[in-house]
Amino acid sequence: MHDATIAHLAQSLKDRKVSSKELTKHFLDRISRLDTGLNSFITVCEEEALAQADSADERLATGDVTPLTGIPIAHKDIFCTEGVKTSCGSRILDNFISPYDATVVAKLKAAGAVMLGKTNMDEFAMGSSNETSFYGVVHNPWDTTRVPGGSSGGSAAAVAAQLVSGATGTDTGGSIRQPAALTGITGLKPTYGRVSRYGMVAFASSLDQAGTLTRTAEDSALMLQVMAGADERDSTSLPATVPDFSKAQKSAWENITIGVPDNFFDDSLDTKNAQLVKEALSVFEKLGARIKDIHLKHIHLSVPVYYVVAPAEASSNLSRFDGVRFGHRAEHAENLTELYMKTRGEGFGSEVKRRILTGTYVLSAGYYDAYYLQAQKVRQLISQDFAEAFKTVDVIAGPTTPTPAFRIGQKTDDPIQMYLNDMYTIGAPLAGLPALSMPCGFINNLPVGLQLIGPHLSEEKLFKAGYYYQQETDWHNFVPSGYEA
Amino acid sequence: MLLNREDVEKLCLLSRLEITQEEMEDVSAKLSDIVNMVKQLQAAETTGVLPMAHPLDQAQRMREDTATEKDHHEKYQQNASLVERDLYLVPKVID
Repeated sequence: MHDATIAHLAQSLKDRKVSSKELTKHFLDRISRLDTGLNSFITVCEEEALAQADSADERLATGDVTPLTGIPIAHKDIFCTEGVKTSCGSRILDNFISPYDATVVAKLKAAGAVMLGKTNMDEFAMGSSNETSFYGVVHNPWDTTRVPGGSSGGSAAAVAAQLVSGATGTDTGGSIRQPAALTGITGLKPTYGRVSRYGMVAFASSLDQAGTLTRTAEDSALMLQVMAGADERDSTSLPATVPDFSKAQKSAWENITIGVPDNFFDDSLDTKNAQLVKEALSVFEKLGARIKDIHLKHIHLSVPVYYVVAPAEASSNLSRFDGVRFGHRAEHAENLTELYMKTRGEGFGSEVKRRILTGTYVLSAGYYDAYYLQAQKVRQLISQDFAEAFKTVDVIAGPTTPTPAFRIGQKTDDPIQMYLNDMYTIGAPLAGLPALSMPCGFINNLPVGLQLIGPHLSEEKLFKAGYYYQQETDWHNFVPSGYEA
Repeated sequence: MLLNREDVEKLCLLSRLEITQEEMEDVSAKLSDIVNMVKQLQAAETTGVLPMAHPLDQAQRMREDTATEKDHHEKYQQNASLVERDLYLVPKVID
């Protein structure tokens, strides 16, 4: 039953062919058998999950259900979960038991989803390989000597290995789409503000957005339906109506125009990866879509813009970790400054320290205009390029990553090389756009992804393109060897 | 290197972040590489471009200035290392 999609499981639960308790036990058993080689979970909530499954079964008996009632899911350990450790992959939060639920968690709970546990992640979501976690590296189920991508690497590995039906993630520069691509699953980063950020540990608040990691675009639509919507506790959540994603997704195909930026097919892109993305585009052509070459004039500056804006916001957001109110606290500090410095020095890992220092540098007197203000101006230009492109195309397509998954340790010593992994995914969050990655083939048994980027609030379009593509292809059905049974 | 030891020490104090002497060289080198990489932004032509404030051009929503949350301090303080009489304890600040 682990190989079934959320959509199929929902039907089986509704028809009472299986109970949520049976499903939950089955997945918990898989986690205990198979996760030792992956390290995709930081916390497994067996007791809570079984209790939630019992409640879901009672609810299923009454018929008052949602498509997620009784479905086992996992949350990235960046979402606050009441009474359960919320570490954000960091030593500084290793002892933090969240006193409340994030809005995303509360909404999924209210829909009846069963939380199996909290997934591993790059520390404070800063990383593209899940190697910066305090809880150790996550391994890619397609080849355990390789990274699963990051920062939602635990969620991606767990869904790919079928340890859970679907998981939440967050995407600031590619943290849902990149790991989804490298583990052969479907990942959605919604429009900025589509999903509430309340209770989601903040990294870069103008970019952070919660989304989904699932096997299919159909499942992603089911999860987003529950997660999306305005929230008075997040003033940046959008007051837009949430459409019926599943209905829109399965509506009759309309011929769309897909823009393909030449900039996404540069020298950094693996030639086989380029070929697989082009083959994916030909699937859309067969469906009747028109492919149009486009050019995004400033997109080549998205990596430097991101590495000014995101660290700047992070340096401010992470100032709340002071050792006083919650989290790790250093011992033997003589004064307050020493307490802060020691606590943060001990509590944060090297990548997080690097980003805080970079952020402090670009915001400091004398450098603010040259770096931060200039980055926000170039960000505007990147956003305008997308807006201009969307005047003539419905969606933009390209690769999600330049290459398939790389080896653990291969890029840890060179931050710039690591940052360049996100070169195709950073543009969408800078412009606040929704984007979907789905599997489009394999290179030496390693999956790669096709990325679709849409205008603001166009998740229906992405879901529909994803759904129709997955009706025509079966890349999303492949399972890494060793995880089938 | 673009950033020397003194620069990094100053940034560490501003960031209230201790790094060890062993970490220092590696941190300076990598920070210098990052600053070098983001420097390419300075060549971009941005005359007359407004810096982006929000990706969807939204303004901050206002609400009535009324309390909507209850007092949860006892629950919240369970996560603190040192609390006495509902107060968070820190090292002595004033002599």
